[in-house]
Amino acid sequence: MQFHKGGFHRVGWIAVLVTIAMVFAALPLRAGSFEEALAHFGTDDYSEIEEGITAVAQSGDPRAALIIEALQDSRLFYSAEQKKVFYKDTSGKLFDAVTAAPIVGDEPADIDTVGINNRLRRAIDAALGGLTLMSPDRTKRYDAAQAVFKSHEANVLPAIEAAIEKETDSRITRALNEARAAIILNADDASEADKLAAVAVIRARGDQDSVALLQELPAETPAAIVDAAQRAVTAMAGELAVWEMLQNAWYGLSLGSVLLLAAIGLAITFGVMGVINMAHGEMVMIGAYVTFVIQELARTAYAAYPGLLEYSLVIAVPAAFIIAGMIGVLIERGIIRFLYGRPLETLLATWGLSLILQQAVRTAFGPTNREVANPSWMSGTFELGHLNITYNRLWIICFTLAVFVALLGMLRLTRLGLEMRAVTQNRSMAAAMGIRTGHIDALTFGLGSGIAGIAGVALSQIDNVSPNLGQGYIIDSFMVVVFGGVGNLWGTFVGAMTLGIANKFLEPVAGAVLGKIAILILIILFIQKRPRGLFALKGRAVEA
Amino acid sequence: MISLFARGSDRSTTTVVLIILGLAVAVPLLNLMLPPESPFHVPLYIVSLWGKYASYAILALSIDLIWGYCGILSLGHGAFFALGGYAMGMYLMRQIGTRGVYANPILPDFMVFLNWDHLPFYWWGFNWCAYAAVMVLLVPGLLAFVFGWFAFRSRVTGVYLSIITQALTFALMLGFFRNNFGFGGNNGLTDFKDVLGFNVQAAGTRGALFAITCVVLAAALMMCRAIVMSKFGLVLIAIRDAESRTRFLGYRVESYKLLVFTLSACIAGVAGALYVPQVGIINPSEFAPANSIEEVIWVAVGGRGTLTGAILGAVVVNYGKTYFTSGALAAYWLFVLGSLFVGVTLLLPRGIVGSIQHLWSGRRRPDTPDPDPQSVGQPAPAE
Repeated sequence: MQFHKGGFHRVGWIAVLVTIAMVFAALPLRAGSFEEALAHFGTDDYSEIEEGITAVAQSGDPRAALIIEALQDSRLFYSAEQKKVFYKDTSGKLFDAVTAAPIVGDEPADIDTVGINNRLRRAIDAALGGLTLMSPDRTKRYDAAQAVFKSHEANVLPAIEAAIEKETDSRITRALNEARAAIILNADDASEADKLAAVAVIRARGDQDSVALLQELPAETPAAIVDAAQRAVTAMAGELAVWEMLQNAWYGLSLGSVLLLAAIGLAITFGVMGVINMAHGEMVMIGAYVTFVIQELARTAYAAYPGLLEYSLVIAVPAAFIIAGMIGVLIERGIIRFLYGRPLETLLATWGLSLILQQAVRTAFGPTNREVANPSWMSGTFELGHLNITYNRLWIICFTLAVFVALLGMLRLTRLGLEMRAVTQNRSMAAAMGIRTGHIDALTFGLGSGIAGIAGVALSQIDNVSPNLGQGYIIDSFMVVVFGGVGNLWGTFVGAMTLGIANKFLEPVAGAVLGKIAILILIILFIQKRPRGLFALKGRAVEA
Repeated sequence: MISLFARGSDRSTTTVVLIILGLAVAVPLLNLMLPPESPFHVPLYIVSLWGKYASYAILALSIDLIWGYCGILSLGHGAFFALGGYAMGMYLMRQIGTRGVYANPILPDFMVFLNWDHLPFYWWGFNWCAYAAVMVLLVPGLLAFVFGWFAFRSRVTGVYLSIITQALTFALMLGFFRNNFGFGGNNGLTDFKDVLGFNVQAAGTRGALFAITCVVLAAALMMCRAIVMSKFGLVLIAIRDAESRTRFLGYRVESYKLLVFTLSACIAGVAGALYVPQVGIINPSEFAPANSIEEVIWVAVGGRGTLTGAILGAVVVNYGKTYFTSGALAAYWLFVLGSLFVGVTLLLPRGIVGSIQHLWSGRRRPDTPDPDPQSVGQPAPAE
């Protein structure tokens, strides 16, 4: 293959041809051009077949890719007697290549596979690459460009250049240019200036693949290019490290928001009532099961209200809040009320309760994981620079922030919030002021449990919905509360985010398990320094 | 030492000690001496099962010592138990010698499997029983000392302490689950052959282990009794009931707590060491926080602050567990256990023995200074 040394004509020629082909593709197809192209396959002559490949690729016929793939897989046949070309689909059924009609009955006696050799294989690859590069589907074009970037097969170059001419989408154009640069860097007959320009293009791409590409340049690459590539690699490595840190920070935020969601209800009950609720994790689990049940209901009502399934999560949020909240109020009135002032006994009683709730759910729904589907607006990923962001994590972060802000507003602006804060700060004084502390306790516990239920809705999207769901979060939630302190919600916020980010930054260094152990030990040590957490309540309330 | 034990005996403790020692003799004899068809024959599995209960009872004693008498609710005492168990397990692993699957004279099977070529330094010496015995006391004791030194000095109390003890055992569990920690990963240590040259599977060895466990239990009971009756014990009770006041009276609360916590961890370690040869396995799930919480409920059921109650609670709850989980009722065990937690804390705060004692002393000597569970424990935060 040649570039710039007279070869340009050929490239330009193909581009013109392809453009023409595209113009014609929009018009009613030239009858026979595809048929004529197919006629080239009725031979054993490889150069004839190569012409056939090119002709089929340029015919613009929608079946072109199918035929060339069949050729690639030795599923293309011709019959010399009938002067006809056939192909088999992947299941082995025979079709007439021209009419695409299935052949009924016996195969023609003299059909023979259209043979290919290595040279043809390259032609096939190029043709197929070119065909998908021209696909009307944007994502297909983009993916094809990325695939070419990774394989950087020299013979795809004409197709790439033709595609660059034609492409209107700037993102795909960039990808195509990068693919072109990758090919040029690996080609042995490109000029040094071209290669330098290619290094710059790849440098601008800047991801892990680019680093790999520049590090694996062919042996005969001129020293100046290698030098430029080396500089580009160094620069990219620095950038990539920054991106990796950002990505870790993102994972950390995501983990932190999950922790926050799980711990914030605990922080409220612990802060206001001094009660350690070991059944908190089970409230989360119940919220997840509420989501499951509502999704199942939406599924059964799918015929009548098809939109419901997609938005069953939206219904699940208030439902989980109410159900978990009501169970919370029941627990408070039934058990915890009698144990005030005995925090250690409360801890044990709620632990027992958590066992009962777990087993009850296990009995009702079975011990196995339940499937809660992600709605379409929560699945998929997108890229921000070199950050990989999944929609469900993004939604959970937003949701957590919304819950946090709502809770903060509630504590600050409503009467219930005011009374809660009063009870937190000085229970007996609040009672003396006429606040019904028992009432507040029940509502607080209900609120904390309800928020745990909401957390369950969110966690059902990223975790297995099983009776053990809550157990997995309870220790982490305690760590958040203990670390952040119970004085105000910001402590929980800072605690959750710090632990989440610290965890994700330690993970690549120490491994997931050792990272977690390190975090636990750090918290144990931290508690020594600040026995009541980051944001401790000050004043009489502490020692009361 | 003798005077210590003499001081530690009162009528009910003596009765319990005698019962335990009686069992220590009777159960192995009934197993070994009587033919299997005799109605009084005790099957071998019962010997091991009750041996397990006895080691649990020692663990319950250690928890009662700190929770019932000093108000320290440790939700990580299973960690000390498991560490003692691992020390014993390491000794038993080394005793396997060439009888392992890979017949390596030095390395246990799992290390051969992981392609390790030499014994890690922390396994050195575990081929000697005496060294292992020291480690059974030293490892849990040292961990408790370091942990307690940090925790008590900075006055971490109440639920905060409970939660970080839970974090401690959780961290250990995660660690021991890892293969490269060198403790057999999630399979733990098992497939033991013999202890002190005797086959661990043999009826005679099992009977002896049972008897030893019972003797240790009786000794631990008398020792704990002696401790709580001593002046030291009275200070512990004072700390439990009013920590700040005790400190203001001039006692170094943290030293008392540290000492009793470390001692309790050592007892738990011994319990673990006696548990492992009778059960035949030790694995990281022994570190699970849920286990440690369950151990606390044994004490609560039997009667917090009564040493005999801790023993009774451990046996009763574990007997119930065996009964429920071995039959068709297995699915209901967690309901029972959960209800025990809730019911005991709500309805029977003194536990079984505590309630009986309360009734008894109420009828005979109304002025007995019985610890009133309503006032037991930490001052409530934010109250």
